Amino acid sequence: MKELALLALDVAKTHGATYADIRIIERQNEAIIIKNGRVEELGTSTNYGFGIRVIADGAWGFAGSFLVERAEIERIARLAVDTAKASALVKHKNVTLAPAPIITDSFTSPVQKDPFNVAIQDKLALLSEAEEIIRKTPGVSIASASMEMARQKKIFASLEGSYIEQETTECGAGIHAMAISGNDIQERSYPNSHGGDSATAGYEFIESLDLGKHAAQIAEEAVQLLTAKECPSGEMTIILDGSQLALQVHESCGHPVELDRVLGMEASFAGTSFLTLEKLDKLRYGSPIVNINADATIPGALGTFAYDDEGIPAQHFDIVKDGMFKGYLTSRETAPILEQTSNGCMRADGWGRLPLIRMTNINLLPGDSSLAEMIDDVKDGMYLSTNRSWSIDDKRLNFQFATEIGWEIKNGKLGAVIKNPNYTGLTPEFWNSCDAIAGQDEWRVWGLANCGKGEPMQVSHVAHGAAPARFRNVKVGVGR
Amino acid sequence: MIDVKRIEEVMRVAVEHSSADQLEVLASAKETALTRFSNNHIHQNVSETNMGLSIRAAVGQRLGYASTNRLDADSVKAMVDRATEMAAHRPPDDRFISLPSPKATLKRDLVASSTVDCSPERRARQVEKLIRVAEAGDLTAAGAFSTGYDIIGIANTLGVMETTVVSDASLKTVMMAETSSGYSSAIAVDVDDIDVDRVASEAAEKARMSIDPIDIKPGPYTVILEPDAVADMISFMAFAGFGALSLQEGRSFMKERLGQEIVSPLISIWDDAFDDHTIGLPFDFEGVPRQKVSFIENGIAKGVCYDTYTAAKDGVESTGHGLPAPNIHGPLPLNLIVGAGDVSLGEMVKSSERAILVTRFHYTNLEDPIKTTLTGMTRDGTFLIENGVIKTGIKNLRFTQSILEALSCVEQISSERQMKDAFLGTIYVPALKIRDFNFTGATQF
Repeated sequence: MKELALLALDVAKTHGATYADIRIIERQNEAIIIKNGRVEELGTSTNYGFGIRVIADGAWGFAGSFLVERAEIERIARLAVDTAKASALVKHKNVTLAPAPIITDSFTSPVQKDPFNVAIQDKLALLSEAEEIIRKTPGVSIASASMEMARQKKIFASLEGSYIEQETTECGAGIHAMAISGNDIQERSYPNSHGGDSATAGYEFIESLDLGKHAAQIAEEAVQLLTAKECPSGEMTIILDGSQLALQVHESCGHPVELDRVLGMEASFAGTSFLTLEKLDKLRYGSPIVNINADATIPGALGTFAYDDEGIPAQHFDIVKDGMFKGYLTSRETAPILEQTSNGCMRADGWGRLPLIRMTNINLLPGDSSLAEMIDDVKDGMYLSTNRSWSIDDKRLNFQFATEIGWEIKNGKLGAVIKNPNYTGLTPEFWNSCDAIAGQDEWRVWGLANCGKGEPMQVSHVAHGAAPARFRNVKVGVGR
Repeated sequence: MIDVKRIEEVMRVAVEHSSADQLEVLASAKETALTRFSNNHIHQNVSETNMGLSIRAAVGQRLGYASTNRLDADSVKAMVDRATEMAAHRPPDDRFISLPSPKATLKRDLVASSTVDCSPERRARQVEKLIRVAEAGDLTAAGAFSTGYDIIGIANTLGVMETTVVSDASLKTVMMAETSSGYSSAIAVDVDDIDVDRVASEAAEKARMSIDPIDIKPGPYTVILEPDAVADMISFMAFAGFGALSLQEGRSFMKERLGQEIVSPLISIWDDAFDDHTIGLPFDFEGVPRQKVSFIENGIAKGVCYDTYTAAKDGVESTGHGLPAPNIHGPLPLNLIVGAGDVSLGEMVKSSERAILVTRFHYTNLEDPIKTTLTGMTRDGTFLIENGVIKTGIKNLRFTQSILEALSCVEQISSERQMKDAFLGTIYVPALKIRDFNFTGATQF
C-alpha cells in the first residue's frame, strides 16, 4: 500500500504539485436497529478508497476514487493537480502552510472487546432486552434500540515525507421510547437522543451503557410526559444536564471557534462566526467559572485520534479560560493568520472528502458545585434533560433548543415533570449567566456522531465533556 | 469505467450468485465535482468518483443487508453471501411479503453531456464571472458550483432490472457587505441552463438592499416567504407526515385527518417525478415505477406515499417512493410540487401594508412533528415592507411556528415557481404570503 501512496505523491509532483498528500481509507460498519419487536436493520458495509489533496500554482485541488489501483491513482493524482490549476485561475494569493513535523508512526485505538468478534445473537439479545422492556410499558407507542460499530484503517502520506497508519474502532448504542396520545407526541432516550452515545472504544463501551437497566425509566417518563404540565413561558433559572450541555457547547462554542468558519470559508453553507479575530483574548465569552478546552487526547472519547488528516499530532488547548475567549481550532492553512502552527483539527469524512477544521473533544470543564447544590439554590426554575431539537443563527449567536423533558424546581426542590420545554438566548449572554457548574464526579464525555459541515456535506464524529450547569434569567417556553 | 453497462454487469453478478429466496441489488455510480469559493476566490475544489452496491437478501421472511464499494466479482459475491448470512441471524419479519415484481417503467435518463463533461476550468470561469459582479459592488462572495451525474440501477431475483442516469448542476452564492448579505441559487440538469448572471445579480441586489438593517421587535407579522424559505418549510412538512410509515405509526399530522381540510384551500402539494420541473428518477429504490401522489389538494389531506413494505400493511400498491434499504424513515417524496397562485411576487409586496419579506431560512428544526412546530432563523435578506414598498433591511429574526397553522393563513401564492434543493430530492415551489407568522426572537445582525 505504501508503494501506491508514494506513486500518487510522485505523479502529483511530476504533474506540477508543490504539496500533495494522500489518504487511503477502509471503513467497516455494522448496524443493528430493533423497533417495536422487529429487527429493522441488521447490516454490514465496507467502504474503500483514496483521496489526493494537492497545491499547484498556489491553489488547492482534491480528487478521490473508490478504485485503489495503480492506473486510477495516477488518473486521480493528475485530476487533483488539474483541479488545483483551475482553482488558481481565481485566487488572491498563494496558499501557504504552517510547518509540520515529519512523522512516521502507527496508532491503533485501544479495544478491550472487538465488536466484530461479538456474535450477532449476543448483540441482538442485548438490544432486545432493553427494547422489550420499553415496548411492554403501558402507554408506549414506539420502542427502539440500536447499536453501531465501525473500524477505520487509514494511511496518510505526504510529499513532505510523513507516513502514518491509524486504526480506530468506534462503538455506540442507545434506546428510545415514544408515547403518542392524540396530537401529543413525547419521547425519552438513553443515554442520549439522536442515536445514543458513542466512543472510540470496543464493544465494552456498549456493555457499559447497561441499556436494559435504564429502559424502564425512560419508558415510564415518556408516558408520564403525556399528562405532564406544559413548559411555562418567561425568564427563569435553568439547569441543563450534561447531555444537553454537550450540544450547547457544540453549537455555541465548538462551531464558532472553527477558524475556517471565522475566516468566511463556510459562509455560504452554515455561515460564519461571531468570534471574529479581534475578539481573541479580549472577549468575555462567559462568566469567570466557564472554562472550555479542546482535547483530542481524552482516552476513549469519540473525538480522539493520534494524528489529524494533515498528519498533525492530537493536542489539547484552551478555548475559553476563566470566561475569556482564548483560542481557535486551526489547520496548517489557517494557523499562520494567528502566527501559530496547526493545533491539529483537520479531519475528513472518509476518503472522498477534503479535510476541514472539525471539532475534536470540546469540553466544558468541571466546576466545584453539584447538581444537588445547584437545585438547592434555585427558588423558581427548571432542570432540563436530553436534546430534542436544536437551531442557531449563522453567526452562532441566537440559539433555541428543545429538550425531551424538564422538571420544575421550586424552593430548592425538584418537582413536577414539564413537557415540551425549550429555551433560547444569545451565546455570550447565556454563558455569562452561568453561575454554577457541577464537579468532576458528575462530568462525562458525550459522543456526537452527526456533526455536519462543508460542501459536499461531511459528517464528523466529535465529543463534548460536560457536567450539569446552571444559568440565570433564561427565556423559556418560546412559542408556547 | 463508470457506465450503465458496468452497473448492469455488477447487478447481474450479484443476482446470479444469490442463494437467498429473494435478493435485491441497488447499484449506484457517481462522478461529482464541486468548486467552492469564499472571500472572492476559490478555496476548495474537489471531485469524487465512487460506485456502490447494496444487497437485500430475503431468506423466508428474514432480511439481511450488506453493502460495499468493492465491485470486483469476488467482492460482490462475498457481499451477497454476507447479506444472506445476516438474514439467517435475524428473526422473521411478518410484514415482509415479497420484493416487487417487474412492472413497466417509463425509461428516462435526465442527463446532459455538458454537465457530465464540465471541467474544473469551466466551473472556475463561471465562478470568476460571479465574483466579478460581487467585486463590482464592493461585496464578498461565497458559494459553491457543482456538477456531476449519478447512475442508479436496481435489480432483483424476480426479474426487476432498471437503470437510469441523471446529471445535475447547482450554483449558489451568498454575497456579503459589512452589515448585510444576499442569497441566490439555481439548479438544473444541464449546466448550460445555470444562469450565472441572474444568480450573481440577485444575490448582489439583496445584499445591497439590506445594508444597515434595523432592529424590529419580534411578534406576529404578515410574511412573504420567497421560494427558498417555502422549500425549507415544506421539506420538513413532508419528512414529518407525507410518508406512510409516519402515518401508520401515528406520528404524522395527517393522522385521522385524511379527507379533512388541514390548511388553506389555496394550498395543494403533490409529488410527481415526471414533472418537467423536478429532477426525478423514473423508479424508486425498490425498482417500482414512481406514481404521482397528491398529499394536500385545495387544503384537504388526501394521502401519503408508499413503498412495498408500508403498502402491504395497508393493502394497497406501492406508489414508488421507497428509499434505499434498510430505511427506518419509510417512504418519502423526492419530487415535491406546490401549486402556483395567480399573483407575482411584486404584486404580493405591493399589496402589503406592513409585512416582512424573507429570502430564506437557516438551521430550521422541528420541535413537534404532529403540531408541526418549526423553529429557525431568517438569513441573507430579510426586509420590512411598508405601504407596498420594501422599505429597509431588518436584522434577522427567529421564528417558532406551526407549519400547518402557517399554511392555514396563506393569503397569496405567486404564479412564478422555482425548483430548489429539498431535504431529499428537489421541490418546485412558489412564494407564499402568510398572515400572523410568529417571530419569537431576534439576533444582532
